[in-house]
Amino acid sequence: MHLEYTVVEGDFVNAGTASSSVKKTLKQLNVAPPVIKRVVVALYEAEVNAIAHAYGGTVSVDIDAQKIRMVVADRGPGIPNIALAMQEGYSTARPEVRDMGFGAGMGLPNMQKNVDKLNVSSEVGVGTTVEMEVNFC
Amino acid sequence: MENSATFYHALEIDPDQCIGCSRCMKVCPTEAIRIRHGRAHIQEHRCIDCGKCHETCPTKAIFVKQDDFENIRKYPHSVALLPAVFLGQFPSEMRVSRIYAAIKDLGFRHVFEVESASAIYADAKHLYASENPDKMPLISSFCPAVVRMIQVKYPSLVDNIIPVKAPLDISAIYALKKLLEQGIPRQEIGLFYITPCAAKMAAVKAPIGEEKSIIDGIINMDSLYNLVFKKIKAQGKDYVFPPLRAPRLSADAILSTLTNGERRICMAKHSYAIDGIQNVIDFLDKLENDDVEEVEFLELRACDQSCAGALFSCDNRFLCGDRMYARARKAAERERNGEMPRDKEMDQYKDYLIEQSKAQPATARSMMILDADISRALEKVEKIERLKNLLPQVDCGLCGAPTCEAFSTDVVCGQACLAECIFYQHHLAAKGSAADAKPTESLDQIWGPDRIKDGNL
Repeated sequence: MHLEYTVVEGDFVNAGTASSSVKKTLKQLNVAPPVIKRVVVALYEAEVNAIAHAYGGTVSVDIDAQKIRMVVADRGPGIPNIALAMQEGYSTARPEVRDMGFGAGMGLPNMQKNVDKLNVSSEVGVGTTVEMEVNFC
Repeated sequence: MENSATFYHALEIDPDQCIGCSRCMKVCPTEAIRIRHGRAHIQEHRCIDCGKCHETCPTKAIFVKQDDFENIRKYPHSVALLPAVFLGQFPSEMRVSRIYAAIKDLGFRHVFEVESASAIYADAKHLYASENPDKMPLISSFCPAVVRMIQVKYPSLVDNIIPVKAPLDISAIYALKKLLEQGIPRQEIGLFYITPCAAKMAAVKAPIGEEKSIIDGIINMDSLYNLVFKKIKAQGKDYVFPPLRAPRLSADAILSTLTNGERRICMAKHSYAIDGIQNVIDFLDKLENDDVEEVEFLELRACDQSCAGALFSCDNRFLCGDRMYARARKAAERERNGEMPRDKEMDQYKDYLIEQSKAQPATARSMMILDADISRALEKVEKIERLKNLLPQVDCGLCGAPTCEAFSTDVVCGQACLAECIFYQHHLAAKGSAADAKPTESLDQIWGPDRIKDGNL
């Protein structure tokens, strides 16, 4: 099954729309609660990234009987050094974003921790695509 | 997935009283109600006994079956286990001793306020918290409607519920032990819980885990209120009643059933007290996403103003709450003057009661699962999504389901047919396609015949 969501730049109020909707679907599928939690946490982080750093983007989700695949693609400044961005605590968030409690530099590391497969590709000045997969069993 | 047939619930609908108005269907927080043949029906596996439907029913068709009051006379030692909110129903000038006397004159041998066990309950929770630091945030087991909500809708949070019996169970265990120690045989003791709501009734009839409750009967709080009021009126104002010999509840115990009652005495660094079922749902959604940081303890109550706003509360929830605060202030003054509150009686049994208060952990019984087989469930989710997008999204309820989405789910799960959507039928008719049934026929099926009366304006 395929689901799609739009993420709007700076719209922190609606961060979590995609992850909440996906959560509901996974509950209907009887996916184990700890697995659902990992999906929700990872997708939420990715949503927040697109809202905080980029100029919005899209979330597309594909679910089959074995796994969930999530692709968050943003139109943003891009990440010059992905290896650095993967380090815990490394953040380029603006002060006003940090003031809202976001941008602690835990986003990508947290995604890494919760998913079975993570792939980040980025082009400076164009955007970033985060691909994640979580297996159900 | 547990068998839904084992999920006892207390709320029932009297088909003779129900007019099929669908108000209940629209307020149910778990979408457990459908209209068929002109009557409301409760889906047992979804109902959490919160009582929202009961509150809104215009014909009082939704009821909670209680035990016959006369049953108390079968036991020489009948015990009224009274919730603290009961006294909050009466005007402030009414003496507590007068109310106790009336309850005894009605036939109860002993009166026992269940919140006497609130200190033991708090200790048992603290003990569990100290032994299970990995289970944070801990969710109070106090409100059985909330526990059920978590079981059916938030399966990932069931392990956060503190597996400790509620004060009412602990006080029943204590009352029974005291009477047995006096040499009274068990069969002469009748423990009757005066319940303020449907959820507590259900919790007694079907406790979490398999064990059977020791409570012998249940009386709805509003019924006892009527009987007591009638008795007091009949006895007149010159009636000489005995003074209250039993010590009174502590201020903490009285306040424990109100919002913040548990939170104000809990040891957690960060905690929340949330009342009202919709507020609870909103919070649990957030909590489930791991979106609430550092919280250690949650007091969640289904009713606005907690038990002061309970289903069988006879007066306005704010007035009731205020009277309880007034009573708590007096209790606090007595405590400052060195008077021992009733809760302290239990201290000598503390170890025994804490041991006895251990409950079976709550299990998930998710109402969300569409199919045990993930491939089939996936097909259903996709069908529901497609169907939902065809429907008008006005949630008119004419199909007998609360929302277009709930209707889509019913159709896909074989519990409704698409032709029952009146918009869809008209759409087919307009396009010249033949529907299986005429719109009026399916409306009659759902709402019953003759909903519109013939006659002149």
